[in-house]
Amino acid sequence: MRRLIYFAPLGLFLVAAIYFAQGLSRDPGYMPSMLIDRPAPVFDLPPIEGYTEGFSSEDLKGEVSLLNIFGSWCVSCNVEHPVLLAIKAEGIAPIYGLDWKDPPGKGAEWLARKGDPYTKVGDDADGRIAIEFGVTGAPETFVIDAAGRVRHKHIGPISPQVWRDVLRPMVLDLKKDEVGA
Amino acid sequence: MKKFLASIATVGALAAVAFAANPDDRLADPELEARAQAVGRELRCVVCQSQSIEDSDAPLAQDLRRLVRERISAGDTDREALDYIAARYGDYVLLRPPVRGSTFLLWAAPAGLLMLAAGAAVVFLRGRGGTPAAEAAADHQLTEEERARLAELEERAGGA
Repeated sequence: MRRLIYFAPLGLFLVAAIYFAQGLSRDPGYMPSMLIDRPAPVFDLPPIEGYTEGFSSEDLKGEVSLLNIFGSWCVSCNVEHPVLLAIKAEGIAPIYGLDWKDPPGKGAEWLARKGDPYTKVGDDADGRIAIEFGVTGAPETFVIDAAGRVRHKHIGPISPQVWRDVLRPMVLDLKKDEVGA
Repeated sequence: MKKFLASIATVGALAAVAFAANPDDRLADPELEARAQAVGRELRCVVCQSQSIEDSDAPLAQDLRRLVRERISAGDTDREALDYIAARYGDYVLLRPPVRGSTFLLWAAPAGLLMLAAGAAVVFLRGRGGTPAAEAAADHQLTEEERARLAELEERAGGA
């Protein structure tokens, strides 16, 4: 019976090994958003060059919407862009654009060249509002409910699969709540 | 040779100052700037993740450096400036994780393991001194048996 104590280190090792092995399968770079289920930060962004309307946090209230962080300098935004156009064409939720740290005129030029999927676009030239949203890189997309609360954050470009399997069902779900409320 | 080494040291020192913070976001007040740098070294650059925002050249790190300086200039304490960033990016940006329920194991594990090992060592060392012979050996003393044998030998030697 006393001998059993000699197996204690082995047992301890196994517990630690299983714990750390689980850790290995997690993404160490994953950052949960602080905003989930909280109201979107209050902001009022000026329009980008050539546009008359800017975009403020008030616009996010009243309807389920998507908020997309982009920049003309952002390579992955290029990849994502056709998906945003497709979402716009589908018309189930407006997409708002936050033009992040773009030199003057570049964002507008980019949208003129490639097509504009956004209902409204705001110019966040100094990146201050992106920080309020805890943005770590572009593109990032927030799903905002009708009350203007952030419900989900997607990091990286929206692929057609992500839209179909994750974001679209989420938007439809939130719209159901909106009707019920 | 000495001159050469001195010039290398000078260039190195200058480079270190230059890297400490980009000149464009340094504060004029050296005291505030020192505090801002200390706060910045506590904050993880969320783009490069293994660097602090003071060490990183990423544009977002630069924005955050500027924001920290804004907060410090506006009268925030170091703690308040850190909390301001953490409120937006989460505990993840704090290079020194705060002690709370979810991080208790992280902070307690080293001391806990040390105490466990110390306890095991005490048990092990005590257990080793189980027999009277071993106990006596540890004290560099003779057992009753050995003493008797020694007396016998001495007697025999004296008798001869």
